[in-house]
Amino acid sequence: MRYVLRRIGFYCVAAWASLTLNFLMPRLMPGDPASTIFARYRGQLRPEQLEAMKEAFGFNDAPLIEQYFGYLSHAVRGDFGISISAFPSPVTTVIGSGLIWTLLIGITALVISFVLGSMLGIISAWKRGSKLDNIFPPLLIFLGSFPFFWLAMVALYVLGFKAGWFPLRHAYSDRLTPAFTWPFISSVISHLILPALSIILVSIGGWVLGMRNTMINVLGEDYITLASAKGLSTRRVMFHYAARNALLPNMTAFGMALGFVLGGQIIVETVFSYPGLGYLLIRAVSNLDYPLMQGIFLMITLAVLGANLIVDLLYVRLDPRVRGS
Amino acid sequence: MQEHANDPAALVLSEDKAKPTSQPASAFAARFGWLIAILRNPKALIGLVIMVVFVFTAAFAPVIARHDPNKFVGRPHQAPSAKHWFGTTGQGKDVFSQTVWGARTSLMVGFGTGLLVTLLGIIMGMTAGYFGGWIDDVLSLLTNVVLIIPGTPLLAIMAAFLAPGKFTIILVLSVIGWAWPARVLRSQTLSLRTKDFVASSIVSGEGHFNIIFREILPNMTSLIVSGMFGSIIYAIGAETGLSFLGLTNISDVTWGSNLYWAQNNAGLLVGAWWTIVPSGLCVALIAFALAMINYAMDEITNPRLRAEKELSNVFKQRSTLATPVVRAAKRGVADGR
Amino acid sequence: MQPNEALLTVDDLCVEYRTPRGPVRAVDHVSFSIAHGEVFGLAGESGSGKSTIAHAIMRILHPPAVITGGHVNFSGDDVLEMDGDELARFRWRDVSMVFQSAMNALNPVMTIGEQICDVIQCHLRLSKADSMDKAAHLLDLVGIERSRLAAYPHQLSGGMRQRAVIAIALALNPPLMIMDEPTTALDVVVQKEILQQISDLKDKMGFSILFITHDMSLMVEFSDRIGIMYAGEIVETADAHDVFNNPQHPYTRGLMSSFPSLVGPKVKLTGIPGSPPDMGKPPSGCRFHPRCDQAMAICSLQRPALREVAPVHRAACHLYELTGVTPRTERGTL
Repeated sequence: MRYVLRRIGFYCVAAWASLTLNFLMPRLMPGDPASTIFARYRGQLRPEQLEAMKEAFGFNDAPLIEQYFGYLSHAVRGDFGISISAFPSPVTTVIGSGLIWTLLIGITALVISFVLGSMLGIISAWKRGSKLDNIFPPLLIFLGSFPFFWLAMVALYVLGFKAGWFPLRHAYSDRLTPAFTWPFISSVISHLILPALSIILVSIGGWVLGMRNTMINVLGEDYITLASAKGLSTRRVMFHYAARNALLPNMTAFGMALGFVLGGQIIVETVFSYPGLGYLLIRAVSNLDYPLMQGIFLMITLAVLGANLIVDLLYVRLDPRVRGS
Repeated sequence: MQEHANDPAALVLSEDKAKPTSQPASAFAARFGWLIAILRNPKALIGLVIMVVFVFTAAFAPVIARHDPNKFVGRPHQAPSAKHWFGTTGQGKDVFSQTVWGARTSLMVGFGTGLLVTLLGIIMGMTAGYFGGWIDDVLSLLTNVVLIIPGTPLLAIMAAFLAPGKFTIILVLSVIGWAWPARVLRSQTLSLRTKDFVASSIVSGEGHFNIIFREILPNMTSLIVSGMFGSIIYAIGAETGLSFLGLTNISDVTWGSNLYWAQNNAGLLVGAWWTIVPSGLCVALIAFALAMINYAMDEITNPRLRAEKELSNVFKQRSTLATPVVRAAKRGVADGR
Repeated sequence: MQPNEALLTVDDLCVEYRTPRGPVRAVDHVSFSIAHGEVFGLAGESGSGKSTIAHAIMRILHPPAVITGGHVNFSGDDVLEMDGDELARFRWRDVSMVFQSAMNALNPVMTIGEQICDVIQCHLRLSKADSMDKAAHLLDLVGIERSRLAAYPHQLSGGMRQRAVIAIALALNPPLMIMDEPTTALDVVVQKEILQQISDLKDKMGFSILFITHDMSLMVEFSDRIGIMYAGEIVETADAHDVFNNPQHPYTRGLMSSFPSLVGPKVKLTGIPGSPPDMGKPPSGCRFHPRCDQAMAICSLQRPALREVAPVHRAACHLYELTGVTPRTERGTL
């Protein structure tokens, strides 16, 4: 329990740090931030949009520290202001529409690549020195070397454009309205496959190699020797004794990997015009929709922190040593 | 398991831990033996060759490329031919020249960031690991916060606020990227600090600066180098991604901006695969080369992986957990019972 | 020793580590046997190959170790000829093992109960509840509260962990138990307690023990018969009191004089000069000759065979080869 509380404390610090970063970033721009930002719109903004912007950033004549607390109190209440590009929708509404797609694609890709990659890592460690083990790691390193989006582009071109097996863009067919019906669900799945596949292909190698190395280290432990001396089946030794222990260091790496995979996902979403947060973020950046991009950044950070917390809770379930007495 | 003296892997390992300062020659072998081992490792050699080719290409770009990468040289979207080896882009530029010149900027950003990140990582990680106490607490917290805040969205936003050029990119990537090497070097410093030769230097009153840079740092060279390679991979990847999104100065010729233009000119949709394949492949090849060197270094410096490698030369496969019995042919017949 | 009396017979066992610098023979033509109910001790310095023999008997040595020759006969079956399934049946049901370091021998993410139960379930095909019952009974035997079934290894003290490891070893009531330095990591008081307990259990359940330690006083106190190992070979075997009172091999004498005795008169500890040989390049002839104060010319040329020097007392030393030289052919000569 203490472990979990400590982790939650850490996530609070991280969340506060990203909030503060968000506040500071516009103010770190050279010159007077407000006029610099507003000058970029070159009079395209209606007065009420301008007001919304100022409100969102907390730009007023108050001293910086007061602006900061004003900003914090807005943020804590979930108020990130009004989107400029989707005026007058609040930022939170726009984010809400993208969040579900980002979660869908992110969770699918991450879970598949972690589970599949760890399994392959276990097998590779088990049959180490075999042909499979000699070919696999370099091949996966090679695959993992490609930029996410580049594989996405190639997949889009070969499987989507040339072969026509998969749709090229969006999260579901434009002719359908979202509903809990089979045509809609199958459309969502077929739109999901290519972007998820490109993320899985690039990220799976890391899991395989990580799991393989920790497995090899664990297989040298005495408790593995004892387990095989007990005459337990090789399967039981591999999974209950070796893999369960080898999984633990990999799970702590999971948090770090999350940010990395998410970074790739942002670009992959853009390639497929997949309406997740990444796609929205890049659109916000090119539309200079500052409130929206800051809101999305915060949302993504919070999602990563939340996912890490879930991993921590799982970790506590798997490793009795952190549970405390 | 059995005593360490009984375990040949442990015997081999113990030689690496030879005392560092007393005998200069063997100390050098102990610290930098992995460098020689790398040159003998086929995986590392493949990586090194690829890397050298790219560095050479980048250095001699003006000689190798036949055209100005920014100049209109022919009809748009021409397929590869003798005249344009990699074809032309949607704007009628020579893809080969763009790829060669792209190596220059991409490698510069990659290596520049790699160096800066490593430097920051060494300072932060070693300070935290060496001094410990509240300094460690503060720096570790900072490191972990930077690690957990997702980098790409932050980069995207920073790009929106700052007017990006090559040096801004290097700076921004370094500010975000230092945390991982710092974390690795911190834990290594922590464990080295408890080793006898460091403890004795501390007791004998040697200065912190000397201990850190003369005693600890040289014993982490392989870790630092592999961390730097990792950072270079990260930087080249991140630069490519940002440029592809149009978040950098897209008039710079980099592999990422080449892909940005290919995408914007609908290169793929008109079937001009040659506009995206060379730059993407280059990014992958350089990352692959560095990753292979790192993989080989891990094999060489991690005693267990190394033992496994030696083992794999003896037994091609081991599927059951039983010690193999390998009898010479003549035995076994003699003592039939 | 007649083979039909023996529970375990190790015959000419050879084990090599295949290192990149060539094979290292860690166990070289070792033979001994253990009778029903007997405690046989293997003693020697670290690196002499005692643990390697123990692990080789169960075929749990890790690569790059290979068994390159010999036989391990358990109740008429050769362990070295067993395939995967036969081996799985042989392990733990016939021979179990107490590992050196209990901290590392227990799986940190499974409870003590689970780790006892899985071996019971696997071999005896008992239900979960029945095997839990049996596990609780085993904890009683080794003196741990039943409530500790649900404990994880990190929640137990060092002594308790070692007892838990012993409980696991007792789980199937095997005829032979290998104890590889079972108490080395513990403090002296706990050490004595645990050995006393093992001794009581042995009397109650009647299993044989292959006892391995580098602590000669424990060895003499605990074993019926002792084999002394040096550089991968057995150089002397005899009843425990003979080894103690009347050591024959110069190495054994040195070994006996390097350990303080708990009983008997005070003697000056002399020890053995020099250090154990590099097993990659063992000395020619008798491996002990460079450190031996009684070395003769022949010692560096020819390897002495293990021969009877007194009833049930054998030593491998040229001092006792009075009747000409008849080395066993398969030992090879140099």
